[in-house]
Amino acid sequence: MNPRKDLITIDSLSDEDIRTILESTSAMKDIFTKSVKKVPALKGKSVLTLFYEPSTRTRSSFEVAANRLSADVTTFTVSTSSVVKGESVHDTIDTLMSMKMDYIIVRHKNSGIPAVIARHCKASVINAGDGAHAHPSQAFLDAFTIKEKYGEVGGKRVVIIGDILHSRVARSTSTILRRLGAEVAYMGPGPLVPQEKHTGIPRFTNWEQVFQWKPDVIYLLRVQNERMDTPFFPRGDYHQAFGITEERLRRIDDLNLSIMHPGPVNRGVEICDAAMDYRNTLINNQVENGIAARMSILYHLTPQTQNND
Amino acid sequence: MPTINQAEIEQALDAWAKHLLSNTAPRAAGKLAIVGLITHGDVLARRLVQKLEQAGCPAEYGAIDITLYRDDLSLRGIRPALRSSHLPFSTDDMALVLVDDVCNTGRTARAAMEVIFEYGRPARVELQCLVDRGDRQLPIQPDYAAFTLTAPQSTRVQLKLQDIDGEENINY
Repeated sequence: MNPRKDLITIDSLSDEDIRTILESTSAMKDIFTKSVKKVPALKGKSVLTLFYEPSTRTRSSFEVAANRLSADVTTFTVSTSSVVKGESVHDTIDTLMSMKMDYIIVRHKNSGIPAVIARHCKASVINAGDGAHAHPSQAFLDAFTIKEKYGEVGGKRVVIIGDILHSRVARSTSTILRRLGAEVAYMGPGPLVPQEKHTGIPRFTNWEQVFQWKPDVIYLLRVQNERMDTPFFPRGDYHQAFGITEERLRRIDDLNLSIMHPGPVNRGVEICDAAMDYRNTLINNQVENGIAARMSILYHLTPQTQNND
Repeated sequence: MPTINQAEIEQALDAWAKHLLSNTAPRAAGKLAIVGLITHGDVLARRLVQKLEQAGCPAEYGAIDITLYRDDLSLRGIRPALRSSHLPFSTDDMALVLVDDVCNTGRTARAAMEVIFEYGRPARVELQCLVDRGDRQLPIQPDYAAFTLTAPQSTRVQLKLQDIDGEENINY
């Protein structure tokens, strides 16, 4: 692939970029089976995780990925940083650039912040989630998990269920899957499933329509607790209306469908306990593949720090 | 531009397999493994393993991708796509033969040795290659080379193999 400094959205990547990053993910995963689970590819490089929003999984996944590539990882914890003292994002960037970071992994509640940071620094910037905009590393791990399970993504049908409207996961994952030739549909509470006239993505509001569409993969989104108990999300009803109940699990099992979820899972809301142990639930695969996908992303980006700094 | 053709390469592989049988295998005590460096070295390794098998001397076969171990990764703008390494046996106490296509600076061999030692502790490691084109930058020498070229440093040595390139020859 051509040299690329940042990863902000899936849309910014060429088909070749997507293919190359997915291919290398497989080789990265093989590293986990060696007795030494580390390679020297990014030895001496520095990686900063800059999370303005709480996250355990994505951040630790990036940190493990960077460690396995032998990079040095620094964690910038916002609650203990100057940001709470009123420092602007720009001033924080200046501070970070003085530290000569090569890679900056950013999560922010506002869409567009990672792109702003990318424009202002020589380090490679990876968007680890910005508002309801994008979460490209999640998209790669999801696509890789489907590829690993079925041999290819093209021709598969994936239905994404939940609050599509506010979900950066839905946006990025549906984009990459469609770029790779899969069909995507959305299902969820009416007001939270956007009309996709320009993309033609089918829009369902109940499970019957989902089963009729004959999907291969059921992709559940996390119900965000902060949105619960609003008129969109009456808590008790969500599981019955949109979650995987034990009864629906039996049908899913009969049809041999796979279940995915970006985590963390709300048991009893999106998914019943039994579905967590179901043979085709790929949630743990997603976690493991997340590390490999993020290693591949880090490896394929080229910071502009080496020549000029 | 001098060329080594397909028949000559095939002959060289036969001689190479004979060398493995008479020199390398006796010291391996039945624990011989041929490990190709992806991609062209890997094709050569598979062909050598086949020849050994036909001669009644079975050997383990593996392939490694050394890309992540290169010492010039950060100097290169483009990061090559990775291939999966494949070592389906324990390397402990094995006699490993690293098979490279063209031995030049010695940097690939250095990286390959780093990869190998992350899988275990082989009894011995040898480096064998199809072409030794000289101009080493590190204190590393192949134990066997099918062809030794004394081409000037600026000469580009290009190896094509049937399985990868659809034709087979060495141009320099």
